Amino acid sequence: MQTNFTPAQLADPHVAESEAILRKCVHCGFCTATCPTYVTLGDELDSPRGRIYLIKDMLENGRAADKETVTHIDRCLSCLACTTTCPSGVDYMHLVDHARVHIENTYRRPFKERLARFVLAAVLPYPSRFRLSLKAAGIARPLAGLMKRVALLKTFGVMLDLAPKAVPQPSASAVPGVHTPKGKRVGRVALLTGCAQPVLKPEINEATIRLLTRFGVEVVLPSGEGCCGALVHHMGRENQALEAARRNVDAWLKVADEGGLDAIVITASGCGTTIKDYGHMLRLDPAYAEKAARISALAKDITEYLATLDLPEQEAKGTTLAYHSACSMQHGQKITLAPKQLLKRAGFVVRDPAEGHLCCGSAGTYNILQPEISAKLRARKVKNIEATRPDAIATGNIGCITQIASGTAIPILHTVELLDWAYGGAKPQALGSK
Amino acid sequence: MAETIGFLQPKQSVISRRRDIVADLADLLPAGCLISDERGLKPFETDAFIAYRRMPLAVALPETTEQVAALLKYCSRYGVPVVPRGAGTSLSGGAIPQEDAVVIGLSKMSRILDIDLFNRTATVQAGVTNLNISEAVSADGFFYAPDPSSQLACTIGGNIGMNSGGAHCLKYGVTTNNLLGVKMVLHDGTVIELGGKALDAAGYDLLGLVCGSEGQLGIVTEATVRLIAKPEGARPVLFGFASSQAAGACVADVIGSGIIPVAIEFMDKPAIEICEAFAHAGYPLDVEALLIVEVEGSEQEMDEMLASIVAVARRHGVATIKECQTAMEAAAIWKGRKSAFGATGRIADYICMDGTVPLSQLSHVLARTGEIVAGYGLRVANVFHAGDGNMHPLILYNINDPEDAARAEAAGNDILKLCVDAGGCLTGEHGVGIEKRDLMLHQFNQADLDQQMAARAAFDPQWILNPSKVFPLEGRPAA
Repeated sequence: MQTNFTPAQLADPHVAESEAILRKCVHCGFCTATCPTYVTLGDELDSPRGRIYLIKDMLENGRAADKETVTHIDRCLSCLACTTTCPSGVDYMHLVDHARVHIENTYRRPFKERLARFVLAAVLPYPSRFRLSLKAAGIARPLAGLMKRVALLKTFGVMLDLAPKAVPQPSASAVPGVHTPKGKRVGRVALLTGCAQPVLKPEINEATIRLLTRFGVEVVLPSGEGCCGALVHHMGRENQALEAARRNVDAWLKVADEGGLDAIVITASGCGTTIKDYGHMLRLDPAYAEKAARISALAKDITEYLATLDLPEQEAKGTTLAYHSACSMQHGQKITLAPKQLLKRAGFVVRDPAEGHLCCGSAGTYNILQPEISAKLRARKVKNIEATRPDAIATGNIGCITQIASGTAIPILHTVELLDWAYGGAKPQALGSK
Repeated sequence: MAETIGFLQPKQSVISRRRDIVADLADLLPAGCLISDERGLKPFETDAFIAYRRMPLAVALPETTEQVAALLKYCSRYGVPVVPRGAGTSLSGGAIPQEDAVVIGLSKMSRILDIDLFNRTATVQAGVTNLNISEAVSADGFFYAPDPSSQLACTIGGNIGMNSGGAHCLKYGVTTNNLLGVKMVLHDGTVIELGGKALDAAGYDLLGLVCGSEGQLGIVTEATVRLIAKPEGARPVLFGFASSQAAGACVADVIGSGIIPVAIEFMDKPAIEICEAFAHAGYPLDVEALLIVEVEGSEQEMDEMLASIVAVARRHGVATIKECQTAMEAAAIWKGRKSAFGATGRIADYICMDGTVPLSQLSHVLARTGEIVAGYGLRVANVFHAGDGNMHPLILYNINDPEDAARAEAAGNDILKLCVDAGGCLTGEHGVGIEKRDLMLHQFNQADLDQQMAARAAFDPQWILNPSKVFPLEGRPAA
């Protein structure tokens, strides 16, 4: 596509990168077809091609973001289905990242939006604050309906709806330390503790540690680690995101330098996409560029790592799963086959719901900030999943688990919880006794 | 780039009333269905023919046929030009707006209304994508045959406007051969229905006239199309040749011997490299030209047809023959072919030609095309529907370089004239749009065009529907 930037504009490396991305787009329109917001709203401004054009116009003219442009960029889930579809190799992810930073730096949001975003950024990445908020949510839950009717409080009403009824006890799987393998050690990995996941579903990392140590892998829970930064990164809060990235790079390199690391294992694919991008995020920071690239190369989704272990084939369990591929898994990290192959090998029947490429509407904080579109996508996703008549749903991202669970009675589990069960762990409670 | 293709001068009487028109249109539509601010209009200034751009006056995204009718009634009453838009994937600029025009986009009308497997028809709203139709009936063993490479995104409304084709049209025909009926809004808001669920309707074949009329006779809001039972099996086979001329001659010979496979697609070396890099389909990289030949039917039928094609190919010195082993391989072969244009974006900007030539001329036209493009100092990649002679040379250039762009356009014009002079035509499936409009007199004489324009005027006497397209701006009847 034709671009129109001045040499002075192109001197900014962020603009130069966006220009190179825009030049690859040939405006063919393929991306519109697999974009969840376009298929829901039917307006090209809510499609990748429309957003690319809006971003191009904003950046070329070097102007501050305006309400119209922000509305359509905000509606983007960053599901990256468009990057899977795009034949031209347009790096939409880094283009929209740049646009979000530009919006954050040049656009003053209305007060209620600023308040909601401030609260999300100040609470979600911090497990202790998040746990406290969830407990408070338990008390405030009866107010959800009322709050949703007050414009200023609507977002908080939505948050109350999403908050779990009970908050699990803090888990040993979230405490820094080393979990030694059973038998001969075959590998050593760091496991990302994460921020929201250990509060909402500590079972996921508990299962991961059991499964890995059972197969001879030493699991290190590094100290000094925190949220991966994805949450603030997607809000355009670049400094906060880069700070999170640097802190984690330091924490993991320390572990790597002490005892070697085969991988940094991640059990939330949303985080995985971001950590794999640390090398890019910190490319302009001379002190961290190389270190971050090293970390990104080590980052592996749990299913990617398990696929290297050659787990034995198990007998059929008589359990049928619908596999929901998180967008960050299939589009962000392009991991499509490994999770299903692992589950099949472990004895499960695995079904692919229709429209598997479409987002469930979770998308980080999207279900809180864009509840209407999110609810439509959830309904569509649940309908497609339920049509496969599964006993349970398997997926690899905590966001999808929370989102889909709020729309169906079918139990939804992390892939690794099911694998742990198949390889000697206890049956996940969510599956009941049947 | 100095634009060589002109648009009609915007009507100042319309531009000056912009504010009132926008306010009136807003009354005709639900909230969220009208775009009128400059920022929001910008992304609608072009389609996939990106060398040309014009801002629209407003963009309306109606949700019902009634709303389309109300919009057209209004625009007709006040002489406001209208440009229909499906998914905006036109390669000939069919959906590019103009400063005084209201774009009517059908993207919100994307529901499948009726699937009648007994009569093998589907009735859908115009904004349904081509692929959506096949997906909706796939589990029941049916598909909708015309398959433009953009079938993932392009709409059935746009397909009807351009009488779109596709790889599998060699056997099944193009849109017009698979369209049974439409609901259509005329320029003044009148809603008419043409055709129905049967193959031939009584009276004039107005449906045949509407299909391919590039949005100038009305706006189709619903379509009834034929569904076809999926074959027992289908198998794409790759044939590699040491020269494009040999591959071209082989195609002519296959068809000439009375063999009609489902598809014969052609790629030259640059196209093979581009598509392989994207799709990893296993295309041979050591040949100068590749044919993808798909046969279908029972195992025995496929084997028999394939054997006769192989015999012909051997006579033309085929270098490699590769049968795909799995459904995944077959899917990758087609994914690579169907993504060819977009994948070209990885290495250069391009304009895509659409001339069709008699198969006997294929080798000659391919060779001349290479010479023409080289003569302008540019590169070309050829990827096209060889079985029906529908060529798509992609002229590679740098859109940020005005001189390069002018050379690409000139080379394109020379190629299209070459196709016509070889006994072919300007457009096989992409439509005339603005891209080939000024070459129409190379294909037709004024009397031919006058008759076409008379038919157009019978549907749209004011010429408000997509007015800058199809017919050269000179020689039109006085308004």
